[in-house]
Amino acid sequence: MSAALFIDILLWGSVFGVGLIAFRRGPPVFKASLREGSMDFINIVPRIALGVIGSGYIAAIIPQEVITGWLGPDSGWLGVATAVVAGAATPGGPVIGFSIGTVALKSGGGVPQVVAYVVAWALFAFQRVILWEIPFMPARFVWFRCAVSVPFPFVAAAIAMVIGKP
Amino acid sequence: MIAVLVAVSAALVWRRDGTDGVLEILTHDLSLFGGILPRVLAGCLLGAFISEILPHEKVSRALGPKSGLKGLLIGTAFGAILPGGPFTAYPVASALLAVGADFGATIAMVVSWTLIGYGRAVAWEIPIMGTDFTLWRILISLPLPVLAGSLGRFVYVRLYPTPAAKDDEN
Repeated sequence: MSAALFIDILLWGSVFGVGLIAFRRGPPVFKASLREGSMDFINIVPRIALGVIGSGYIAAIIPQEVITGWLGPDSGWLGVATAVVAGAATPGGPVIGFSIGTVALKSGGGVPQVVAYVVAWALFAFQRVILWEIPFMPARFVWFRCAVSVPFPFVAAAIAMVIGKP
Repeated sequence: MIAVLVAVSAALVWRRDGTDGVLEILTHDLSLFGGILPRVLAGCLLGAFISEILPHEKVSRALGPKSGLKGLLIGTAFGAILPGGPFTAYPVASALLAVGADFGATIAMVVSWTLIGYGRAVAWEIPIMGTDFTLWRILISLPLPVLAGSLGRFVYVRLYPTPAAKDDEN
């Protein structure tokens, strides 16, 4: 858990840093952004509560073996394509996404497929997009970003095929 | 919609595992929620401060539609060093959009955060997937944010053409 602590320190350090800069611009600037940030926080909390508390249930009903099975070995580009779909469809937090990747890798899944899976999961796991990205960002931007991201898990898999295993 | 999805999933868990199963997930997720809350606050404050202190003209010059490859690279670098999770990245990205960054640079930032940001890699990917796979995967991902950003910019200019944003690609 020391990594998490490190990140917390860095995060609050940055907040403190930019807060200090804002304060030096004058207390009204500081107060206004403090109020704005707090309002954002209050508005976002119910949505996150639903998402975080609900995600455990969504993850619990999707069996991990199903997703791992889709990543099968020697599956070529079809396997990459299914890996991309599986990555986008994987519910839950990073623990679940990376665990499935590890299981797939250990049970003989192809490396390019697992890379495609991890990259697709990172780019547009539906749950993160719905729970985090859409509440914070303009919806138009989110859909646009997802649409232009579609080729990139395939690009990553292609690079993985070219440069080989780690 | 999400509420319905959650309710249905919870009902299915209850049918399979009974009340104990439902409660177990609830306690686990509640503690996760409690742990995340302060970081959400930090992310919101970070976003608000950044949108307040960044000079708008500078941002739109550095990350706007005319910022070229440099803007995409700045977005990528920014995404890679940004601390925290989704609760930081999205408010900050939203703030950048608000102060004049274009879709391309913001896409580069979000994609970079998600693919090469060290936060998730250090906290989750290395412990779970191993250092070799993680470093190798990050290496493969290095070019992707810039590519995604330029594709985004390329498509955006054609989807929503404005006289000012014309023909400044590549």
